[in-house]
Amino acid sequence: MSKKRKLQWMAAAVCAAILVILSLYSGCARKPRVQRGDVASSAVATYVAPGDMDEFYLFYSGGHSGQVYVAGVPSMRHLATIPVFTPYPATGYGFDKETKAMLGEYTWGDMHHPALSQTNGDYDGRWLFVNDNANNRIARIDLRDFKTREIYGPIPNVSGNHGSSFVTPNTEYVLAASRFSVPLPMGTYAPIDQYAGTYKGVVSGVSVDPKTGKMNLAWQIITPPFNFDLGSGGKGASEGWAFWSCYNTERATGKLEVTSTQRDRDYIAAVNWKAAEKATGSGKVKDLGGFKVIDPKEVPGVIYFLPCSKSPHGVDVSPDGKYIIGSGKLQSITTVFNIDKIQQAIQGQKFSGNEDGIPVLDYNAIKDAEVNVGLGPLHTQFDDQGFAYTSLFVESAIAKWKMGTWEVVDKIPVSYNIGHLCIPGSDSMKPVGRYVIALNKLSHGRHVSVGPSQPESSQLIDISGEKMKLLYDAFTEPEPHYAQMIRVDRLKPIEVYKKEENTNPNAIWDVKQAGVSRSGSNVTIKMIAVRSSFEPTAVEVNQGDFVTVHITNTEQTTDELHGFALNAYNINVVVDPGETKTIEFRASKPGVFPFYCTNFCSALHQEMQGYLLVRPGGGAVPRVAASR
Amino acid sequence: MVNLSKYRGFFDLPLTTRSRVAILVAALLLIPTYFLPLWNMTLYSNQFPDGLQLDIYSFKLEGGQSANRDDLQEINSLNHYIGMRPLLESDFSEFLWMPLVIGFFIIFALRSVVFGKMHNLVDNLVLFLYFGLFSLWSFYNRLYAYGHHLDPTAAVKVPPFTPALFGSKQLANFEVFSFPGPSSYLMVAFFLALVLALFWSRKGSAT
Repeated sequence: MSKKRKLQWMAAAVCAAILVILSLYSGCARKPRVQRGDVASSAVATYVAPGDMDEFYLFYSGGHSGQVYVAGVPSMRHLATIPVFTPYPATGYGFDKETKAMLGEYTWGDMHHPALSQTNGDYDGRWLFVNDNANNRIARIDLRDFKTREIYGPIPNVSGNHGSSFVTPNTEYVLAASRFSVPLPMGTYAPIDQYAGTYKGVVSGVSVDPKTGKMNLAWQIITPPFNFDLGSGGKGASEGWAFWSCYNTERATGKLEVTSTQRDRDYIAAVNWKAAEKATGSGKVKDLGGFKVIDPKEVPGVIYFLPCSKSPHGVDVSPDGKYIIGSGKLQSITTVFNIDKIQQAIQGQKFSGNEDGIPVLDYNAIKDAEVNVGLGPLHTQFDDQGFAYTSLFVESAIAKWKMGTWEVVDKIPVSYNIGHLCIPGSDSMKPVGRYVIALNKLSHGRHVSVGPSQPESSQLIDISGEKMKLLYDAFTEPEPHYAQMIRVDRLKPIEVYKKEENTNPNAIWDVKQAGVSRSGSNVTIKMIAVRSSFEPTAVEVNQGDFVTVHITNTEQTTDELHGFALNAYNINVVVDPGETKTIEFRASKPGVFPFYCTNFCSALHQEMQGYLLVRPGGGAVPRVAASR
Repeated sequence: MVNLSKYRGFFDLPLTTRSRVAILVAALLLIPTYFLPLWNMTLYSNQFPDGLQLDIYSFKLEGGQSANRDDLQEINSLNHYIGMRPLLESDFSEFLWMPLVIGFFIIFALRSVVFGKMHNLVDNLVLFLYFGLFSLWSFYNRLYAYGHHLDPTAAVKVPPFTPALFGSKQLANFEVFSFPGPSSYLMVAFFLALVLALFWSRKGSAT
């Protein structure tokens, strides 16, 4: 072959090779990049062997399911659902007289933020508070028995209680605020074009009785029509303050996606709740919606606005209370405010403006740092080693950064689009660390398909080392927002209601006390449920009677629950060992209706049944034979 | 003035059989460009580990389609946050004239096979080179325009950008890969085949 020929062939070969390499390269560069944990080490870290127990309780808010989900960590196993705002036949919640009265006219709620009660800035394991964004309520779960014991609200003047239920360091208050400003008092009409001037927001403190836990609206401040979003109680250096982020300081209406995102900065509201307490006590208040509210124009010093990067979502106070961390979800920075600087700026009147008489503090005078965390920062949590962890929705990741140096030291992708994140003790003064749970909004492709209604994804991430490590993907029903985690040894739930503690006047413990009494058309049945029968086993009433059944489960052994379902009357309650529950209904349908135990109890569970016989009134309605 | 007459002989050279076959093959290579994408863009992010796919054909724009996702619609949904215009097929005049021009090149190449003169082939080459470069320039302009003409009222303000024409580039939370598709390789092959044909006939059809 001539030299020239050789060159020609080489040129052709190079051309071909370039084409091949290019196509291969473009192919290789585009491999799927699925986030995976290391199988061996993650399995060991999360495996709770049969018979062993988890280290932490995880209380998830159930979002618009209206319930709380309880899981164990690190196994991430779902252990229980605590019904709160929604009837739940599994535990008979919302069917008996007491829980029906608690639910009131509502059959659902939108639960966002659970808050464990605190004493001296530490979880005391007494109560779990949860908010209802839809119907403006707060519920209290007693952690002694994991039952909802109070639903407080609708809270006066609060519209869309999203910035809730964060607590102050001694659970003096549970926070509540309006996400959707409306004309006040509730029920007032004003055209939407009067939004900026006439519509109002509120931020409030709901007091908690230290003995009984009973809630009551204690103070409330009227604000411009901003959308209050997340809240956080000050502690340590910032004790006596409460903080809420707010967006739409444009006071815009219409398509908020655009109209409320035009200013480069919105605010964090800083409320001096000790001053608010004082003002309320001294009568510097005016009546609004049946409650005494504070107008900040007339009571200076109760509320200030801290400018925070665009459309902030999370506001989180560091465990020592020194720093207030705000994240503008449409910018890539998280801002660190210093409580000392805030107080100095207030004293020195370093204001950059005001909103309806509420001073806006000078941004540069109060901020310590802007941390370049990444895209779409939302919420920040803290560990026990001086690190902060910020969730990044847009980037779908968690950024770990050092308090003090404000440097991002690690980042981990999550699957997918994280909202809140949860570290045990993060919102108290005693953070525990160990794990962070990424509460992700999207789970597509991470689980076997279950159709269009998708579960939510929660990822367990080990934060004990220098690098964050993905351990486990768990899935829940829609839709956890925030969560709380507490060491299992901090709670000592009971599993049996002791007979001697049952103060219900309708409780009976002896079958001889069981029976039916009548007063006019009111029929009262005192019933015992015990393995494996009801007493009485058959009850006769007249059509149209109002029937009250008090059922006492006389068992004193854990897990011996008895259900009481009444067929065709839409009734199912579950009575725990030692508990008495009351159901009420009108016997409107004539016929014979079986009642039976729904919660499997014993070898003769199937035999645990009886009949309600309803004699027809007026004789026009035919008898219906009960099936055997 | 440059005396072009001495080149005239070259332009009048008859094409060799080998060259004509090469041109015929080249013409055939363009036919699959009616079915295969010219360019592919893949957008990776943490939440799209498999990447959102965008295939650009000479006559259409097609997002990745699977049972659970329509990538073009998803890309447009995400882009609206930064105020980018939605990618709409009807906005691209290229999709009208490109298939026509490619057809023209096929017929034009066949003409060279039939008439068999060097100047036919040179016309093919020069015009195709012009077409290729113009298309790349026009494509780059498109990328530039989409990344620069952002709605000033958009919720998320990002600095103007141009996605990579070739290779990868980080844009917000997306790593955007942009590579030629099979049709572009076929067009390069078409061009190389014409070069080869020219080479094989550079001394006329002596054989």
